[in-house]
Amino acid sequence: MTAFFQNFVGLPYEWAWFVATLVGILVIALPLMLAVAMIIYADRKIWAAMALRRGPNVVGPFGLLQSFADGLKVFLQETIVPAAANRGLFILAPIITFTVALIVWAVVPFQVGVVLADINVGLLYVLAASSLGVYGIILAGWSSNSKYPFFSAIRAAAQMVSYEVAIGFILISIVLWAGTFNLSGIVEAQRGVLGTPINGFFLNPLLFPMAIMFLISSLAETQRAPFDLTEAESELVAGYQTEYSSMSFALYWLGEYANVILMCTLNATLFWGGYLPPIDMPFLFFFPNIVVPGIIWLFAKILFFFFVFSWVKATVPRYRYDQLMRLGWKVFLPVSLFWVFLVSGVLMWTRVGF
Amino acid sequence: MIQAFAFYLFAIVVLLSGAMTISSRNPVHSVLWLILAFFNAAGLMVLVGAEFIAMLLVIVYVGAVAVLFLFVVMMLDIDFAEMRAGFVRYAALGLALAVALVCEIFIGIGAWSAGGIDLARRAAPVDPAIPNIQAIGNLLYTRYLFVFEGAGLVLLVAMIGAIVLTHRERKGVRGQNIARQVARRPEEATRNMRPEVGQGVQL
Repeated sequence: MTAFFQNFVGLPYEWAWFVATLVGILVIALPLMLAVAMIIYADRKIWAAMALRRGPNVVGPFGLLQSFADGLKVFLQETIVPAAANRGLFILAPIITFTVALIVWAVVPFQVGVVLADINVGLLYVLAASSLGVYGIILAGWSSNSKYPFFSAIRAAAQMVSYEVAIGFILISIVLWAGTFNLSGIVEAQRGVLGTPINGFFLNPLLFPMAIMFLISSLAETQRAPFDLTEAESELVAGYQTEYSSMSFALYWLGEYANVILMCTLNATLFWGGYLPPIDMPFLFFFPNIVVPGIIWLFAKILFFFFVFSWVKATVPRYRYDQLMRLGWKVFLPVSLFWVFLVSGVLMWTRVGF
Repeated sequence: MIQAFAFYLFAIVVLLSGAMTISSRNPVHSVLWLILAFFNAAGLMVLVGAEFIAMLLVIVYVGAVAVLFLFVVMMLDIDFAEMRAGFVRYAALGLALAVALVCEIFIGIGAWSAGGIDLARRAAPVDPAIPNIQAIGNLLYTRYLFVFEGAGLVLLVAMIGAIVLTHRERKGVRGQNIARQVARRPEEATRNMRPEVGQGVQL
């Protein structure tokens, strides 16, 4: 795109790069906002179907416009900042959550070569950005100057920091196998795992347990059920969002779902082949000239994982906090640490020899 | 031009947030300014081409260390008046330290421009073709392997030390038996009763 702005619009290189990057950001962020609105609708529909209800069905055809109606409602509400709140941080906190949920998308590859920033530390960038996510919540809890949000913030901080450790180790075993931190490189490394035409690290018996652990950890990292202790309404009112209203509340709402979509994307990209088709066998398809674009496969995988997230939310009861911490520190951490050891041992044996 | 703009932006924000870290009245704000400083320092690292170090700075310091700082500071019961009382007492020491640091910076720059230290021709030349994760890995796991593992051992010893110092066995605590909780079935936990009207249930 930089070349386009350079040659056809006639901008100097630096400005062409600047404009091209800006356009790229908008091309990713605006559809993402739309996707968040629709995915909230999908979440409510799936949840309702599992509870034998109808879900939103009034606003627009099949209730499709429900999220937009909700958005309009919160937009027209008054923003209330509690008198005892720490005003600046109170307003800053939802902005941080929302921004952090968006910035990770810069390194997600949507197709071969279609990625905003193809940096060689892609996965580390993802980890760094997701570790920033905790600040939005911790600041909301503290600056609200209220008991329940504060409890919630403390819970959220402990939970996210604990599961990030496990996620880090899980990602290391992926990186060891793929040999690169670059997300496009990791997707390409999943082409034809173990000599089979199937794409995706999940087929590898050594990495499959990691795929399951990553799915569970990503539930904990996004604070979805069964790990939604930060918003446990029976204990903490609405958790860290208790004092929020209007657009600042909506930003949390959007940020949370953007994070969920992001975690689904990471699951799809890291373990299930990303933009690659599930099976790499051209002769199986009846129309060899029609190639399904990679972005369609990626979206299909994202939607599948989102369905799993909703499914879990609709069916699994909430964990107790000590069980959550036990799972993170006493189960996932040792197992993933051992797995790093195992994977590197196997790789040494097969690729380098003794 | 974008690089220059980014450099001055990051540098100014680092300096400002560093100053705010030591001058803001609320300790929580101090930690937050510190986080901003870390973050912009990571931006500077990216500008000089050390993207690996930049990401590690964000992951380790912003993502873990600063969260723990914030955790501790948020739960402290701080007496602001008492904290500011020590200011005059330590001002001289602080000033002396600041002067020493400034002198060190000037000496460093002087030695650099006098050509005393020729860092560019050291044993670790930076090849722009290989990404700097690989460059660091190549050095860390060959030339500096024992130093690296030694550093790992020191950290391990520190960790074990911290656990030994703080861990204590408490008597009379009813711990949980997780295996028993998991193995519990509904039949053991509930009884079906059909009490007579007006009799109630015998527990």
